[in-house]
Amino acid sequence: MPSSAVVEMREAYGKALADYAAVNERVVALDADVSASTRSRYFGERFPSRFYNVGITEAAMVDVAAGLALGGQIPFVHTFAFLLSLRAAEQVRTCVAYPRANVKLVGAYAGLSDSKDGPTHHSICDLAVMRALPNLTVVVPADAGEAAACLPLVAEHEGPVYLRLSRAAVPNLVPEGAPFELGKGRVLREGRHVAIINCGVLLGRCLRAADELAAAGIDATVVNMPTLKPLDEDLLLQVASSGAVVTVEEHTVVGGLGGAVAEVLSRRCPTRMAMVGIQDTFTETGPYEELLDRWGMGVADVMAACRRALG
Amino acid sequence: MYSESQIAGLEERARQIRCDVVQMVHDAGSGHPGGSLSAAEIIACLYFQHLRVDAKRPDWPERDRFILSKGHAAPALYAALARRGYFAAAELCTLRQLGSRLQGHPDRLKTPGIEATTGALGHGVALGAGLALAARRAGASWHTYVLLGDGEVQAGVVWEGALIAAKYRLANLTCILDQNDVQLDGPVHEVLPLEPLADKWRAFGWAVLEINGHNVRQILEALDHAALIHDRPTVIIARTTKGRGCSFMEGQAAWHGRAPTDFELTCALEELGHAE
Repeated sequence: MPSSAVVEMREAYGKALADYAAVNERVVALDADVSASTRSRYFGERFPSRFYNVGITEAAMVDVAAGLALGGQIPFVHTFAFLLSLRAAEQVRTCVAYPRANVKLVGAYAGLSDSKDGPTHHSICDLAVMRALPNLTVVVPADAGEAAACLPLVAEHEGPVYLRLSRAAVPNLVPEGAPFELGKGRVLREGRHVAIINCGVLLGRCLRAADELAAAGIDATVVNMPTLKPLDEDLLLQVASSGAVVTVEEHTVVGGLGGAVAEVLSRRCPTRMAMVGIQDTFTETGPYEELLDRWGMGVADVMAACRRALG
Repeated sequence: MYSESQIAGLEERARQIRCDVVQMVHDAGSGHPGGSLSAAEIIACLYFQHLRVDAKRPDWPERDRFILSKGHAAPALYAALARRGYFAAAELCTLRQLGSRLQGHPDRLKTPGIEATTGALGHGVALGAGLALAARRAGASWHTYVLLGDGEVQAGVVWEGALIAAKYRLANLTCILDQNDVQLDGPVHEVLPLEPLADKWRAFGWAVLEINGHNVRQILEALDHAALIHDRPTVIIARTTKGRGCSFMEGQAAWHGRAPTDFELTCALEELGHAE
């Protein structure tokens, strides 16, 4: 059953990584001087001999991880999502994605979750960058429980993965009963009129929007899509049969979930769509929840998008 | 320590690599002869003497690892791998063709014997540091070797990797820097000066050996010397000549990345004393 306890995703992730490493000797971890923020330090405290804090060298860190992977280890690389996806992008492409190095890239503080540090620290296009790279699997947990649940699968998947984590504390809303599966989305609420597809920590807002729409006579499906790539196309086509699809992501609407869903639907089942996310703009400093509302990711924005998609 | 016949044998291997390189780049119609020719002795010494590798078992876990960080010298590496027996020498003429296993730059998923995919410059030191850390974790005795270009070390990520290798005192990592002083746009000392280069590496915590990169005996002795340094990584700065062995290519930036014409190939092979 879902527990509505509010848990920091990074706490859950950091503990899960350290726990998992206790049973998998091949797991090593790297961090670029932000281990207290990413919580990779839990791993570092328990396994100092296989924890590499390489300082502020994000690009080299990715290359070092690729070397460790070529040498048979399973490296988890940690830094802020914007640095991993942009400063180290060429390393990710050349040394990880293209040669299929078994590196797990963990982008922390994604979206607007490092809210008060401002736009330099917000990561609004990491999904677009990572999703565009062949061979990469892209995983975006919706809550702390999902971040912990996906970890063994990410580690045991043979190939590179980008794991996008939030700094935010959000309620655990994903039911714990069904096991996490890479490449699979899940219907959390069934409706007839419109399908809301969520990727990431805005799941609570999607469910609230669905509740409020129900009061207005609009019956919404809510799908959680924690694997952005490969996208669960079968599930997407199934829920698109309602005739209206809304994507919700804490990311620019260029190239992330909205783009991924539009690419599939335009090819296989053209459907009316609306995209909730940052509307191709930089953001600003502020409290997290208020920033989400200010920059187009409020419950009201999800509801308005559903109405637009319904036409 | 090395006999005259061993030295002569390796010099002959280097000559063969040079013949293969000019032929391959000619046939491909593009490629990088200058930096392949400057590295011929270094690659010959590694693949025909120093590296513990087994061409019949490219995945042998105990093998030494070699990373061609200056991936544009791929023709020289392919030639060495073929002559060492990783694949047939007849395949060398497929370089850069559609469907070939011999990509324009090294691809570990396509070519037997290629350890790391390279080509975009600057990755080798940090990649090598990761491999060296993996060997240490595994308690393995294999050694990691990285061949760098000199223009390449203008890239900042090289120095990030150097800091990391020094932090972990990766004595099982040896870099060889092919200092031919020519990059795509001109002399390295004009495009972006690197000197004092040895001082820079020393200041970054590395042991530095300086040799003539076309002298086979010096190369072998430097590689052996590096293996005896147990508290830090080593860089061997090998002074070389870009385009070495083809007089009309030597020291010329124009030959960084262009193919010889039919006539130029004939001249080059004649100069190299091609047997056929």
